[in-house]
Amino acid sequence: MKRLSLPSWIPTLAVGLVLFLGVFFARSTGSISAYRYQVFQIALITAISALGLNLIYGFNGQFSLGHIGFYAIGAYGSALITKDYVSGWSGSKAGALSWMMAAQIGVVLALVCIRLLRLDRLQKRITLHTSAYLKPHEARVVSTLPLLAIIAAVLALAVAVTLGLHQVLNQTLSAAMTSLPKEIGKNLVFVLAILNGGTMAALVAYLVGLPLLRLGSDYFGIATLGFAIMIYTALQNSDLVIETMKGARGMVAIPIWTNWSWVMGVFVLLVILLRNLLRSSHGRAIISVREDEIAAQTMGVDVNQLKTLAFAVGGLFAGIGGALYAHLYGFLHPSTFNIIKGFDPLIIIVLGGLGSMTGTVLASVGVVVLIEELRVILPQGFEDWRFVIYPIILLMVMLLRSQGIMGTNEWGWFRAPLPPERDIPIPNRTPRASAATQSEDA
Amino acid sequence: MRITLEKIGLRSLVWAIYAALAAGILWGIVALIRLNGPIFFIQAIIDGLRLGFMYALIALGYTMVYGIVRLINFAHGDVFMVGSFTSFYAITRYGWSFVPAILLAMLVCMALNVVIERVAYKPLRNAPRIASLITAIGVSFFLEYFTALRFVFTADFITYRRPFEVIVWDIGGVLISNITIIIVGITLALLLSLQFIIRRTKIGKAMRATALDKPAARLMGINVDAIISFTFGLGAALAGAAGVLYAIAFPQILTFMGIMPGLKAFVAAVLGGIGSIPGAFVGSLLMGTTDVLVVSFMPMGSRLRDLIAFLILIIVFLVKPTGIFGEPQAEKV
Repeated sequence: MKRLSLPSWIPTLAVGLVLFLGVFFARSTGSISAYRYQVFQIALITAISALGLNLIYGFNGQFSLGHIGFYAIGAYGSALITKDYVSGWSGSKAGALSWMMAAQIGVVLALVCIRLLRLDRLQKRITLHTSAYLKPHEARVVSTLPLLAIIAAVLALAVAVTLGLHQVLNQTLSAAMTSLPKEIGKNLVFVLAILNGGTMAALVAYLVGLPLLRLGSDYFGIATLGFAIMIYTALQNSDLVIETMKGARGMVAIPIWTNWSWVMGVFVLLVILLRNLLRSSHGRAIISVREDEIAAQTMGVDVNQLKTLAFAVGGLFAGIGGALYAHLYGFLHPSTFNIIKGFDPLIIIVLGGLGSMTGTVLASVGVVVLIEELRVILPQGFEDWRFVIYPIILLMVMLLRSQGIMGTNEWGWFRAPLPPERDIPIPNRTPRASAATQSEDA
Repeated sequence: MRITLEKIGLRSLVWAIYAALAAGILWGIVALIRLNGPIFFIQAIIDGLRLGFMYALIALGYTMVYGIVRLINFAHGDVFMVGSFTSFYAITRYGWSFVPAILLAMLVCMALNVVIERVAYKPLRNAPRIASLITAIGVSFFLEYFTALRFVFTADFITYRRPFEVIVWDIGGVLISNITIIIVGITLALLLSLQFIIRRTKIGKAMRATALDKPAARLMGINVDAIISFTFGLGAALAGAAGVLYAIAFPQILTFMGIMPGLKAFVAAVLGGIGSIPGAFVGSLLMGTTDVLVVSFMPMGSRLRDLIAFLILIIVFLVKPTGIFGEPQAEKV
């Protein structure tokens, strides 16, 4: 019998459209306040970041406490770019943008070079050749030395490439920005800033994940926690390096460009990206790492590569979320990215259900709206109770439903597609055959 | 012949590198000492050890709880804070002296942590591990923000009045106060009694058995739930004592004061190898000493101290992934 139902994307699209148009028109007719309008945007921005963590922890099983660090990198990185476009703090309109693009290209180039040179093989060969007459620790030192030299050379090359590219990019981009009409130039810069924030976070995630992901589960969580605290401390002292970031005083005069359409657009794009990634063969491999690392490895899954891939894509999501956040208020302060706030995405994905995109989106909207609405609901003089009530609700939810709101279930278009209904003949196992094997076992 | 030359050349190269590294470290230490004189250096080391002893008291709670239920108890730093505030009220409101105040703080923290364990962690013992981590974060938020309410402790800095006069001895230029002596003395006494409880008593044996294998311990007739509660209580008592000592050393208390010492102590426990008690102690001393050395010697050290502390953690992880005293975890197939 055939199931008669709508294609799963129709109800999902309908809900998305209703949400988008509802908030859009409610704001343009003035029936929700500017404050509520911002709350909705924050909710989706948080959802973007939390989806990234859900990919890392919920789908790939790598316990990360440092997600807020990538969020911060995306926020500050993109804010530097757009602030440069508005105020030209670096001397030209595209100085920060071209620096960041050049540096990223340089780092990627260096990584590709190191990958292509197959340093691990070189190290193994040297160890093999010298192990006959050197003690293991001596062999390790000897085989690491040429590696360090090669890496230093590659890094020098990367720095040279970065410097050269910066010159070129700065000139072309500045020229382009002055020649383009103002509105187009603005949108272009915003897109580039969001992308750069995201890729920079992804690159840092890749570099951090490469050595740290080898650690066991809890140790990886603690190391990433350390990473997040390092980013927070660095941001508090960022004025020592870049004056515009203003350190602990908070970065000001960032253009306020984020609005509901931008947030919704980026959110939809990223959700489609994540859903399709998870339904691809890479995605299935990512999930297999969560289920059983050793079994996955036995099946020929490159566990380490997939872990870093998931971590970098998660970082990308956090960076893009951070970039949108930076342009929402036009003000960034390190305390937004401290470790207490750093637990938020983790709480959200556990509340929503680990390994459930629907759950993450629901939980981030729920948590953000709850915290902000409590501010409105609570009577005068009881505003401080906000964070007393929130943990109580959190505790209740966890105690009553420890697998999260959705568990690992999905809704609508997020759900894994059902296998096509075909008449595949089920192989007939005769009872005699099974009886025979049973008797053999006995 | 060729091989011999190569052998001699490579070996001497390796040893030259080792020698250069050793010389570099030695030179660094000598440079540190010469920078501000040896007395300043010794003073920094002593202050660092003092901080380290306080971290050790907190870290022990983390490491015991982790060892027995594999839970990162994020609420531990806030239990530490409650210890500070309890002794504050006992001393300033009711004029208690030091020893009863610290005992009261330990008792209150113990009761609090046992209640927390019963309410927030015990129902989740068979749930995924992350669920109790989230409730731990929730409890931590609750303790911080509830105690910051106006009718509880208020959200302001409160000046802590020490229960005794500070006496400072000058030993050849190095200043040692009776606070340092008290901190080191109490920490060592508590540590030794903890070691006694764990190594020599029946309940300690039960704790070790539970940490090793819970189902087997239950089969042997050990009341595992009671043992876990006892472990939480024991850890909290140490944290309460640490809270009092911390407030005496740095006499300004705040309801959010537990976050950073808690995290640092936790990192110290991990540095030493989580689950190991000597590891937690050594890691804490290391952590406290580097903390103070960074603040006193590095330019902008007081602003960058957390960065350096966690950088050290990550470097130790890369070299030895399970911490200094940690045993490698067996991968189960």
